[in-house]
Amino acid sequence: MNKKRSVLQISLFAVIAGILLGFVVVAITGRSPFNMFVALVRSMTGFNLTKPSQGINVTYILNWFLNTMPLILTGLSVGFAYRTGLFNIGGEGQYIVGALAASVVALTVKLPAIPHTILCVVAAMAAGALWAVLPGILKAYKNISEVVICIMMNYIAMYFSNWVVRTFLEIDTKTNARTIGFPETAGFGKVFANNPSNFNWGFLVVVVCVLIYWFVIEKTTFGFSLRATGFNKESARFAGMKVERNIVASMAISGAFAGAAGAVVILGIFKYGRIFSAMDNYGFDGISVALVGMANTPGIVLAGFLFGLLKAANTNLQLFNIPMEISELMQATIIFLVAIQYGIILLLDKFDNRKKKGEVVTEGGAAK
Amino acid sequence: MAYAIEMLNITKDFPGIRANDNVTLQVEEQTVHALLGENGAGKSTIMSILFGLYQPTKGTIKVRGKEVNIKDPNVATELGIGMVHQHFKLVDNFTVTENIILGMEPKTKYYTIDIKKAAKRVEELSKQYGLNVDPYAKIEDISVGMQQRVEILKMLYRNSDILIFDEPTAVLTPQEIHELMGIMRNLIKEGKTILLITHKLKEIKAVADRCTVLRKGKYIGTVDVADTSEEQMAEMMVGRSVSFAVEKEEAKPTDVVLDIQNLNVKNVKGLLAVKDFSLQVRAGEILGLAGIDGNGQTELVYALTGLTKIESGNVLLKGKDITKLPIKQRLESGISHVPEDRHKHGLVLDFQLKENFVLHCYHKEPYAKNGILNPKAIEEYADKLIEQFDVRCGQGKDTVTRSMSGGNQQKAIIAREIDRSSDLLLVVQPTRGLDVGAIEYIHSRIVEERDKGKAVLLVSLELDEIMNLSDRIAVIHNGELSGLVYRKDTDENELGLMMSGSIKKVGAANE
Repeated sequence: MNKKRSVLQISLFAVIAGILLGFVVVAITGRSPFNMFVALVRSMTGFNLTKPSQGINVTYILNWFLNTMPLILTGLSVGFAYRTGLFNIGGEGQYIVGALAASVVALTVKLPAIPHTILCVVAAMAAGALWAVLPGILKAYKNISEVVICIMMNYIAMYFSNWVVRTFLEIDTKTNARTIGFPETAGFGKVFANNPSNFNWGFLVVVVCVLIYWFVIEKTTFGFSLRATGFNKESARFAGMKVERNIVASMAISGAFAGAAGAVVILGIFKYGRIFSAMDNYGFDGISVALVGMANTPGIVLAGFLFGLLKAANTNLQLFNIPMEISELMQATIIFLVAIQYGIILLLDKFDNRKKKGEVVTEGGAAK
Repeated sequence: MAYAIEMLNITKDFPGIRANDNVTLQVEEQTVHALLGENGAGKSTIMSILFGLYQPTKGTIKVRGKEVNIKDPNVATELGIGMVHQHFKLVDNFTVTENIILGMEPKTKYYTIDIKKAAKRVEELSKQYGLNVDPYAKIEDISVGMQQRVEILKMLYRNSDILIFDEPTAVLTPQEIHELMGIMRNLIKEGKTILLITHKLKEIKAVADRCTVLRKGKYIGTVDVADTSEEQMAEMMVGRSVSFAVEKEEAKPTDVVLDIQNLNVKNVKGLLAVKDFSLQVRAGEILGLAGIDGNGQTELVYALTGLTKIESGNVLLKGKDITKLPIKQRLESGISHVPEDRHKHGLVLDFQLKENFVLHCYHKEPYAKNGILNPKAIEEYADKLIEQFDVRCGQGKDTVTRSMSGGNQQKAIIAREIDRSSDLLLVVQPTRGLDVGAIEYIHSRIVEERDKGKAVLLVSLELDEIMNLSDRIAVIHNGELSGLVYRKDTDENELGLMMSGSIKKVGAANE
């Protein structure tokens, strides 16, 4: 009874409470909670409850998946570092250099279709890894906070990427704000060519990364020593594990996942080299995904789908006259509740106690 | 005589567990009353109730004959109840006086702190009770024993007259313990009442008037210490008769296994913590390293296991120089290490028990092949160790280590380290915080290893443990070897003097 509440319970509580709060806020501001429900259901299933005759529109489901893809990848990125006791808040920067590397390879290398795309992804992952290794090394050998370095590296990544794109890549003369389009050989094609959704073969990268994450963390000796390092660095050191090496390696793999996210987005949706005026925030969203997903494989996948849904729901919410900020409000609430998990534990414990006290009273009553 | 404290028929339930079951504790004024019990017997719970940290489920508390409701620690302080915690709560870079007045600083008319007035009061109190504390000394500059006196002064300054001492001797040297006993007697003479929480029978015998024994949350009895032997009290505490002396035969030491030659090691502050230290440990003997906490033991152990850099000197294991080897290779070349802090260094508390068993060998066959773990082999191994070493755990090998009792956590480490069958067993503080039953078991396992021909280096702050287990005893003081004697030729007094650096006796047992 006195035991720790399962993290699953906390995550579920946070998600449910966050969505409920969304409904409450919608009701208070005088909009229709029913419409919001309709919008969410439509984003998830493509089924419009108010117009059942229209049937299911698959585009919505595909767009949900499309929005989920990078979130799962950056979630894996944050989760992997977290399991080694590190906080990789630099996912954004690693995502950007990943996108940059993919763009460079796409525009400068000539290869047949499939190898070209694969090379783009590999380059993106390598770039992401490289970008994460530096904070890893500083953390491992100099004990400099990876959080501070990572945040700084995010900005460096953005401006560095813009400089490289402007200086070395061929800029599209019509807009002057991006490169020319990628060749046909580099880029993920649509899975369903006839559907307007951009859902593309990049999902395979996501599936592979999820499997790698699960396998490395749960099944390998390397994962074992990473987890030991994450839980208790000193015990790991006492047992003869190479703690410093683990930290650097963990950051590298973490960065590779974020880099893959950069590749998946730029090769699947944009198909041209970007000049960033602001960050995409996938790296930061990855923190929420990993947090709500408890840094384990199924958790991250599910949380990725949840946050993907909230992102994808924006269009539908507006369509049904619900401000799209409501989806951000729900996201923020969920993250907030997970972050204050100890408060939730207290709350749930109290609830349990009250229930138990109630039981005792009824027992006493029955005895009479 | 009147009672200072009466806790009558106290019951305290936590969800799923009854921590105190109808416990009655009556403390007469101006006496030292001991509260004796193993870990988990409910001592801390009942004291926390008295101090207002918990509310009892049932029962009444009377202070000086009046029924009271101690709903938080402030009420306890107002009632004159004060507590000296096992781990001191002092600000290191503050002076004694600053620490004592923290939270109730006297003000001058300009609203600044009237430190002079406070220091004067501290000095008076210190004189009155024979504490001998300098009010202007900084905490970081004074000894642990002195720091404890500061804690005592803190209570006296707040006019507490019922003083609770929670395991006060755990951190003290024999001489300091002796002095503390004197201080306690002084306090009684001056009208205070003392409640002493401990599991050390010798101290109860030395200083307490009456003793209440708890076992598994239940009240066992209250006895007059003068009429009760240590054995009788131990039996009340454990529920069966206990042997204090570790049964072992004469050691038959053979070859030198560990050879430490002129070792110099720096501590984290960059100062030499181990100075020109030489020592040999032979197969088939237990060498106890005694010393007051902070005299270089930690650094020495770290240097042996490779956790810290060696400045100069050599460490030889079975004739092989391991001075420059990294941690892993040292462990693999034949060192088993039971670290001082089992939570911080010995275990990964959030791991399952089975994972902790393979913390060193997870990458070796049969536990892994080509970098991929073999869960079946790991589980079989865990089952084997759990059975062999009688590790008690709720969900067997899948138990999260954090949820196990301290004794069983330690058993798990001992199991892991002994099963590695190294030539040198390096055990540091193997029984800290454990109850009598677990101590008995762990001691017998250590002796067993000696009899199998292992070299055992036992580092402990508990002099009793050193005396009970060792065949030879080395003493470290200020990083230097200040004594090396045969167990049979020495006594507590002599060791105490060597520990404090008053005498030096090296070479007598250096064969």
